[in-house]
Amino acid sequence: MPDNKEKFEQLNQVIEELKDQPGALMPILQHAQSIFGCVSLDVQKVIADSLGVTLSEVYGVATFYSQFKLKPSGKYIVSVCLGTACYVKGSQKVLEKLSEELKIPVGDTTDDGLFTLSATRCLGACGLAPVMTVNDEVYGRLTPDQIPAIIAKYRG
Amino acid sequence: MENMINLTIDGVQVSAPAGSTVLEAARLANIHIPTLCYLKDVNQIGACRVCVVDVGARALQAACVYPISEGMVVKTNTPEVRSARKTVVELLLSIHDRKCLSCVRNNNCELQDLCRDLGIDDDDRFAGERNHYDVDDASVSIVRDNNKCVLCRRCVAACHTLQNVGVIGPVRRGFNSAIESPWKVQLAQTSCVGCGQCIVACPVGALKEKDSIKAVDALLASGKHVVVQPAPAVRAALGEEFGMPMGTSVTGKMVAALRRLGFAKVFDVDFGADLTILEEGTELVQRLTNGGVLPMITSCSPGWIKYCETYNPDFIPNLSSCKSPHEMLGAVIKSYYAEKAGIDPKDIAVVSVMPCTAKKGEAKRPELSVNGLADVDEVITTRELARMIRRAGIDFANLPDEDFDSVLGESTGAGVIFGATGGVMEAALRFAYEVVTGKELEQVEFHEVRGLKGVKEADIDLNGTKLSVAVAHGTANAQKLLDSVRSGEKTYQFMEVMCCPGGCVTGGGQPIVKSDVRAGVNVSAVRAKALYDEDAGKARRKSQDNEELKVLYKEYLGEPGSHKAHHLLHTTYTARDKYENIK
Repeated sequence: MPDNKEKFEQLNQVIEELKDQPGALMPILQHAQSIFGCVSLDVQKVIADSLGVTLSEVYGVATFYSQFKLKPSGKYIVSVCLGTACYVKGSQKVLEKLSEELKIPVGDTTDDGLFTLSATRCLGACGLAPVMTVNDEVYGRLTPDQIPAIIAKYRG
Repeated sequence: MENMINLTIDGVQVSAPAGSTVLEAARLANIHIPTLCYLKDVNQIGACRVCVVDVGARALQAACVYPISEGMVVKTNTPEVRSARKTVVELLLSIHDRKCLSCVRNNNCELQDLCRDLGIDDDDRFAGERNHYDVDDASVSIVRDNNKCVLCRRCVAACHTLQNVGVIGPVRRGFNSAIESPWKVQLAQTSCVGCGQCIVACPVGALKEKDSIKAVDALLASGKHVVVQPAPAVRAALGEEFGMPMGTSVTGKMVAALRRLGFAKVFDVDFGADLTILEEGTELVQRLTNGGVLPMITSCSPGWIKYCETYNPDFIPNLSSCKSPHEMLGAVIKSYYAEKAGIDPKDIAVVSVMPCTAKKGEAKRPELSVNGLADVDEVITTRELARMIRRAGIDFANLPDEDFDSVLGESTGAGVIFGATGGVMEAALRFAYEVVTGKELEQVEFHEVRGLKGVKEADIDLNGTKLSVAVAHGTANAQKLLDSVRSGEKTYQFMEVMCCPGGCVTGGGQPIVKSDVRAGVNVSAVRAKALYDEDAGKARRKSQDNEELKVLYKEYLGEPGSHKAHHLLHTTYTARDKYENIK
């Protein structure tokens, strides 16, 4: 993939710029994520070898911070609000239902690459609590039993 | 005189060198501060908080990392301190699989010790949710059970710092933190070299060797002619498992115990070590005279071999083609001995007792076989042998001293010292000197290659011919040595590398020494002394003087390096990709 090759060239450039500064691993991972959308195994191997650290160390840092993603986000990002109002109105149950329906834990992406499930803080739509968004579409006053139908729509 | 700092610990005036931690200063005053994640010189990170003390600061501080200062007043035994430590351990217990009775570390566990010493009276105080982990037992050498892990990171430090391998590390965070290999692969899929330094670093039962006792029991019950061979380092440590002081040599009792366990013959890997010296020494002399690849590097340590193949494949041509001593002896048992005893090699099984977990993997290498028969069938560690002895009800301490069996039981002092770092080098020099100079070596001890410096160097004068040698132990030290050779900074003709720090006496299969003992005693030095003493007491101290070995060459192998010797005793290596199985 020429596209990918270009990205790795970009990554190598970033590594070259940063590798001699102390604590270079974190900023390099951040740049890598913005280049690739995630820090996949192949990306982590390149980072480990260029910095002379182990893959274990790179993976340890990448899994410590929830900001880093190990695989690309899905086509649809399903975000459930766990802000105070939504939480009080039962958004945790909505989230659990989604996790069950998509068969992935929160923060993960389905194997078909279609959905990423995430939990967010207040979306500013407390009047509609509990709220979730699928990409830019907002769903309010949710109950867990509505979830299968909503997901089915996106499965097409 | 070092700059000394004066402080008070529990009302006692203590004077300790500047730069010491509170823990180190307290030890000087014989004040015991309990620890868990602390492992001297390996892991000093203040992670577990078991060693907290009152230093007059707002919060309690971890003694293992807190530096001392002039006039400091430390209290290690206040109700607040005791309560804090107790809470830390109770929290650990809430996520710990407490099947102590069937745990391999029962009665040899630092967490158990803490529970006793801190007066834990309710191991369910913080009962609640727990993570459940699959036991990782896919590796041929090492089993990891995260249900028993206390997240102290001692294994991680051993793997990264001592060995420069780093295939396990902390992943995720908070309640979901665990020590794992990257990308959720099993240890067997990583470039783990199998050394087992993680096991001897572990305070609890989260790491252990892959059990081979069941397989050995099955062999003993199979009707096969089962021959056993213990490695040099085993005799220097086995006694510790039976309450004997560290550094007690138990060669005779070990032989007696092996015989009582039902092995048909008890041969000695020390004989295999003497055999290795003749083959490896001859190879060295040939490389020196025929312009072969130099420096030649020893190949006795399977952890080192895997490390070289994986992380430094450009040095594969430098590796001696010699199999390791127990593999050599296994091949000789299934050929020469089989012929002498009139037994079909297929009906012989060879069991090695090793200070090592990597040897379990080595024995499974397909290239270490002759005519389709593996040279060695099973490998048990020193610890596993102790378990077998206990299970058989053998009163080890009161056994008589017995001798190894002929025709592969004789050994010289040169074979004995293989178990210490520098030992193979010294043994090889005792041989090479006489071959190169044609003269008898009077002073057999080469003290410049002994001791525990990470990389040792020496220029040996072979009657006018200079031989530059180097010795490294622990693969992190080995890496430094290889880097200096690769860059051209250093030039040697011969190098010894042992995977484990201290050599085989402190191998990953040896009796586990608790961290508080390790803090006060140099285990490698004490165990190595047992071997050097045994060497000094031997009538024959050069491998070439081994009478049974002379007979083996005369009757069977011909000359060292002969065609037959190559067929049986030499091997090949394979370059490996460290990420090959991480997907």
